[in-house]
Amino acid sequence: MRHLLSAADLDSATAQLILDTAAELATVTDRSVKKLPTLRGRTVVNLFFEDSTRTRISFEMAAKRLSADVINFAAKGSSVSKGESLKDTALTLEAMGADAVVIRHSASGAPHRLANAGWIGGTVVNAGDGTHEHPTQALLDAYTIRRHLRGGKGDLDGLRVTIVGDVLHSRVARSNVLLLSILGADVTLVGPPTLLPTGIDSWPCKVSYDIDEVIPGTDALMMLRVQLERMQAAYFPSAREYSRAYGLDRERMVKLPDHAIVMHPGPMNRGMEISAEVADSDRAVMVEQVANGVSVRMAVLYLLLGGSGEAIATAEKSGGRAA
Amino acid sequence: MSKVVLDDADIGRAITRISHEILERNKGSEDLILLGIPTRGFPLAKRIAATIERIESAPVEVGSLDITLYRDDLRLRPARPLEATSIPAAGIDGRVVVLVDDVLYSGRTIRAALDAISDIGRPRAVQLAVLVDRGHRELPIRPDFVGKNLPTSHGEQVRVALREFDGTDEVTLLDAPEGTA
Repeated sequence: MRHLLSAADLDSATAQLILDTAAELATVTDRSVKKLPTLRGRTVVNLFFEDSTRTRISFEMAAKRLSADVINFAAKGSSVSKGESLKDTALTLEAMGADAVVIRHSASGAPHRLANAGWIGGTVVNAGDGTHEHPTQALLDAYTIRRHLRGGKGDLDGLRVTIVGDVLHSRVARSNVLLLSILGADVTLVGPPTLLPTGIDSWPCKVSYDIDEVIPGTDALMMLRVQLERMQAAYFPSAREYSRAYGLDRERMVKLPDHAIVMHPGPMNRGMEISAEVADSDRAVMVEQVANGVSVRMAVLYLLLGGSGEAIATAEKSGGRAA
Repeated sequence: MSKVVLDDADIGRAITRISHEILERNKGSEDLILLGIPTRGFPLAKRIAATIERIESAPVEVGSLDITLYRDDLRLRPARPLEATSIPAAGIDGRVVVLVDDVLYSGRTIRAALDAISDIGRPRAVQLAVLVDRGHRELPIRPDFVGKNLPTSHGEQVRVALREFDGTDEVTLLDAPEGTA
């Protein structure tokens, strides 16, 4: 594997390799020197055509912890706002010698185009494309779930994960359904029919319209942001009604099993999909999700850029070490 | 063609002798930390620590130090999976770190380990214990404690088997095919 474009490109062993690598890399945060020399001399370009705070900063920090040079390229204030095409931008980056391009784009499929059109020779990492995928978010969610409910080891076999809200516009939901099911979890999507995409029957998950029915049998509850900026039509009557039918408040939270965790990919609309009381409770792991995001992105960058040739090589186990 | 150069009794004696030498050199086990380099340096470090504890009747801290991210040949091969790093909670500042590995060859692993150590803290001294020194150093590095000096040619391979991984304790010398040494 040379690029990370979709969670569906991973198999269970490769996904676990990324999570195990992230767990080792997480210890760097506790050291006095929070830096590794691994990607010295490599250049990572953060190519962000869409606004983002945490994902861009997370990738930037991950690359810097591995000693890569980082160039942040935001569409606003660049030639893109003068009408430059994705192709010309890509050719420019290639000419400057980028080893990896981390791309976020409002068009679904833009990272795939960038990786496969022959414009650049480097590695492409999808940091969110339209309403399609956001694979590193799914990896950090899987890492967080595994750490809390599986002691940080193995797969997620049999864990019940519920994802609630605006699935239609959510690349986070799509990547999570794919990755979590690859890792063996049972995923249930919950939302109003208007916010569930057509063709959802073919996804590897269950669907429900009633959050109260699903909550008692949930190990990890993921609340999605209501993406008002992507909504051109009326998907639900009012914010208040949405909140009452699908929002997570204290009354709903206490019906979760005692071990269950509450997640949110951020940024949160407090009072909309999640109440402030829940967001600040000790069930909520949002702050930890952000920290885990750096470790997971370090793992992805290391595995894609740290070696040569076939980038993510699966663990080969030799008998006795020969030296 | 393979030849057993150390059997399990030999390995046991080598570990006992190295343990005594470490204590002699450092005048006891105070301030000692043993850091094994995965995979096979780590169980060796644990065995040496257990032996020292038996001799001194005082606990010795053991950790493991993965050096993959500090290797100088990362770009020559696909990215490797990482091994566990565990540093004792008290840290290594001001302590005497004894690095433990199974085979000392080019010295590049130890160079990487020294870099890794300097990112973790500042020990008072770093010493090196290896089960087998097979020669052919490419860097100015020498071991302080050696189980066995084993003259080899570049074409040969030294294979270390340990109970913890391989079910048996044994060091063998193999005639390796060209280019894999």
